[in-house]
Amino acid sequence: MFRIIKKPELSPGRAVLSQILAILVSLCAAAIIVLILGYNPIEFYANLVKGALGSAYRVRATFNKAIPLVILSLGTLIAFKMKFWNIGAEGQMCMGAFGAAYFALNFSHLPAYVLLPLMALAGLVCGGIWALIPALLKVKFGTSETLVTLMLNYVALRWITYLQYGPWREVGGMPKIATFEANAVLPSVFGIHIGWIIALVLTVFVYILMTRTKFGYEISVLGESQATARYAGINVNKTIVIAILLSGALCGLAGMVQSSAVEKTLTEQFTGGLGFTAVITTYLARLSAPAIIVTSFLFAILLAGGSFLETSMRIPISMIYAMQAVIIFFVLGSEFFLNYKIVPRAGKGGAK
Amino acid sequence: MAKRLLAIILAAVMVFALAACTAPTGEPVDGGAESGLKPIAKEDVKVGFVYIGDINDGGYTQAHDKGRLALEAAGFECLYKENIPESADCEVAVRELVDAGCNGIFTTSVGHMDYTETVAKEYPEIYFNHATGYKTLPNMCNYMGRVIEARYLAGIVAGMKTEANKIGYVAAMQIPECIRGINAFTLGVQSVNPEATVEVIWTNTWYDPAVEKQAAIELLDKGCDVIEQHQDSPAPQLAAQEKGKFAIGYNTPTPDAAPKAYLTAPLFHWDKFYVDCVNRVVDGTWEPASYWEGLASGWVGLDELSDLCAEGTAEKVEAAKQGIIDGSLVLFSGEIKDQDGNVKYTDGMPNEDIYNMNWFIEGVIGTIDG
Repeated sequence: MFRIIKKPELSPGRAVLSQILAILVSLCAAAIIVLILGYNPIEFYANLVKGALGSAYRVRATFNKAIPLVILSLGTLIAFKMKFWNIGAEGQMCMGAFGAAYFALNFSHLPAYVLLPLMALAGLVCGGIWALIPALLKVKFGTSETLVTLMLNYVALRWITYLQYGPWREVGGMPKIATFEANAVLPSVFGIHIGWIIALVLTVFVYILMTRTKFGYEISVLGESQATARYAGINVNKTIVIAILLSGALCGLAGMVQSSAVEKTLTEQFTGGLGFTAVITTYLARLSAPAIIVTSFLFAILLAGGSFLETSMRIPISMIYAMQAVIIFFVLGSEFFLNYKIVPRAGKGGAK
Repeated sequence: MAKRLLAIILAAVMVFALAACTAPTGEPVDGGAESGLKPIAKEDVKVGFVYIGDINDGGYTQAHDKGRLALEAAGFECLYKENIPESADCEVAVRELVDAGCNGIFTTSVGHMDYTETVAKEYPEIYFNHATGYKTLPNMCNYMGRVIEARYLAGIVAGMKTEANKIGYVAAMQIPECIRGINAFTLGVQSVNPEATVEVIWTNTWYDPAVEKQAAIELLDKGCDVIEQHQDSPAPQLAAQEKGKFAIGYNTPTPDAAPKAYLTAPLFHWDKFYVDCVNRVVDGTWEPASYWEGLASGWVGLDELSDLCAEGTAEKVEAAKQGIIDGSLVLFSGEIKDQDGNVKYTDGMPNEDIYNMNWFIEGVIGTIDG
């Protein structure tokens, strides 16, 4: 009947143009559904933007989502480039935050310029170790990294729950972990926590790593074909392990940034599912580090603005979730149609 | 020396002042500071709710949302935000409600407390109310249904029903809210059946049907024939039904979930509190108190008893209910022993100690970590 064939590769300019087109199409499609549901689509989008960027506080709230998304996406990118499907950013974020919180809670007598780097290091190490488990399992036993990274998310989330309700519970019986002392909280620069600078620096770092270094090239080759990589003399297992260690470390750092700068403590719900969202933003950015800043920020607007619609237009949150899903669905869907085309299959002995 | 003495006295005064703020009692306690809030005309009141879950969750949030519906029926304008986690997102949600013009805010989960407090400090003219916590400010009260009274009544139902004299209790978190509920329930059981024991399994989750059910099955396999729960889903009731045993619900009536097992359920009537509270805002009698009220105020109750309850249960429950309401029956009075038989109190427990209980009374089987 039909078959799917890949379109020839688009030039970078055309690709960006077509992606912008895809986003516009998705917004129009969502607008039609908003209209059918009985709301004014112009008002809908106006409120969405207003909710995300309408005041200094809201801009800050949007950045609070965008910053961890950028860092998580960068971590995810390194793994995806290698076709190692690390969907464990959520869990690595948790473990990174756990490491950072350990130092924040137990070494709060240290000055900020010692404590904060220590927390960041702990975040990197813990996130990296958490990602190392699926990487080693894959290298040694050929397990599916998709499954293992996914499952380890829940282990990590429950670990935080255990800490919050168990050993790390604040004195006084309330099931919460103590708020960090001021010296364990990342400072702000221009009204937004310093995470935005970290995210920008990391974006440059990952961009250079992936496009300008031998290691980045090895990752790309490995992603295309393990056999090719082996013929080219690349140590496949070593490259996988180091790349994933780096991938997890970045996600762990995102956890440190979020717990220190935004939450100022650790709670079982601090991730807000951002580790999973990062999979989408990374994919939409077509594994390009600079593009991740764009997709993460757009996504943060969608999240922060969507929440605002609940009070400004009285749209039930379930409907807002559905609209967000429609937008993502259409963006991803049009991605597909931009890269592939469906052609009628020539029938067996049928008319040409 | 005199300076030191003064410091000690000051410290003591502060401790007592703090205790007065945090001690939940049946009576409103003055927050210590004049609220300075102005009454708001009924048509100008705009109420905002922050919910931890979905308004149709069939449990905790739905019970709160009944309060929102009652306020709307009474002519108050309301907004709400669903699925707000106990993270910095909560602060964003509270601010959105303030931005939208709400002048009365209710946050409904224990972990919303600090975020509510942060915003409340910035908006001294707005009324903040937080459920199930303990902090107060001149413009922030906290409130909790004294559901231990309803649990005591549920204990009577279970004590009458059990034939094995073994009752299972699926409980969420090792925190005073759950522990005092288990203890109050056990008192109810013992009041009609001194032989019976109450065995506890912790799930470490408020809502996870699979885990809740597994815990109930474990208790049923140990020979328990009535299951009580401090969980947000009806899964333990389903487990009891599958094993041909009986169960007691929680939060919202669920007689249809497991009709062959359902006996009754301790319920919150948050609607009663919400309407009372907002009316106090209108007539200027709102206070930054710690409210912990029960059967007498109608904030909690026991669901209608199903036909599966043992004969004579209704009379016993009714008598206890009247006793609690008129004050002739006081929970945790007289001598109280812990689960190892040590006497902890010789003549009743103060309210504050009940609220903060972190040990089991005699007759409970189970452990509390840390």
